[in-house]
Amino acid sequence: MGDFSLDQVNDMYIDVLREIGNIGAGNATTAIAQMLGSRLNMEVPKVELMEASELGGAICDEEETVVGIFLEVLDDIEGSMMFLMRMESAHIIVNKLMMRDPDYNEPFDEMDLSALKEIGNIIASSYLTALASLTNLKIQPSVPYIAVDMAAAILSVPAIQFGQYGDNALFIQTEFGDDKEMQGYFILMPEQDSYGKILKALGIVS
Amino acid sequence: MGNVIKVGMADLKVAKAPDSLITLGLGSCIGLTLYDPVLKLGGMVHYMLPDSTKLKNNQNIAKFGDTGIKELYRQMVAQGASPKRMVAKIAGGAKMFEVSGLSNVGHVGERNAEEAKLMLKELKIPLVAEDTGLNYGRTVELNCENGNFHIKAVGKSSKII
Repeated sequence: MGDFSLDQVNDMYIDVLREIGNIGAGNATTAIAQMLGSRLNMEVPKVELMEASELGGAICDEEETVVGIFLEVLDDIEGSMMFLMRMESAHIIVNKLMMRDPDYNEPFDEMDLSALKEIGNIIASSYLTALASLTNLKIQPSVPYIAVDMAAAILSVPAIQFGQYGDNALFIQTEFGDDKEMQGYFILMPEQDSYGKILKALGIVS
Repeated sequence: MGNVIKVGMADLKVAKAPDSLITLGLGSCIGLTLYDPVLKLGGMVHYMLPDSTKLKNNQNIAKFGDTGIKELYRQMVAQGASPKRMVAKIAGGAKMFEVSGLSNVGHVGERNAEEAKLMLKELKIPLVAEDTGLNYGRTVELNCENGNFHIKAVGKSSKII
């Protein structure tokens, strides 16, 4: 499996990742709902395989400012993952957490950024917990890192990670919200060897 | 006013005045330009990784610094640019997340910038301006009329190098 490449991934694998995304996003939504003290609905995540070089424009215009939260993934599976939100979604969620007027739109301060980091952390950890329990593998996230910058610049990070092994990237979009819809995007970037471990643990390859 | 020609990620293009070349939201990638001031001919490559020889899957030459810069040079010369007149500028190579040592995420921007310098030395092209590193994204545009390299970043005033 050392030569595993997303360039030759099959539908079965996409289905499995969608299911992991589904469970992970479900866990995450519950955790965030608890944090916010409100009910949240979640849509079934969309999983998309795309060219790594197209990632920069995958969520919005390349130059639009977005929030990106990045974590390293360690232990049995190695790699990294990213959670992204467009500014509108990020403002909605921060305003809810800080119990502010929903239309408050000032630039994020340090408190806001650490709240966003924590949300990214919860979402990413929920996703990884789902993956860990399905595969029986140990998976640890690092501390979260945050950047608020142009979408293409933030997405250059996963594009480069995927670019090391092939030309494709795997992208999971999840939508949650109550009255105002919030959208989030995950990108899971296992190292080359870890793909094999995931597939093997899930019984997709022997 | 000429056209503004977009250079995508892992892409390279050559253009002549009055056109200009733009790449949007460079992060850890590098935008390298070559410019011949007499012909007013410019080229830009937006590469993602420094070295194609480290990887098996390396058919896309514009994805890598070594092959991408050489190909841009070849296309410039093919369109009449003089190797003696050509000058280079680079931007990008940021560290978007303050990650601690472990993965290559923290270093790829820096390595990308180093690769540009190595390749330019090999091709004997002077690097006349540079805006690399730090922790933010950049939109860069090469004006083929005068070789000016415009750089924009979120929350910062734009500059010309």
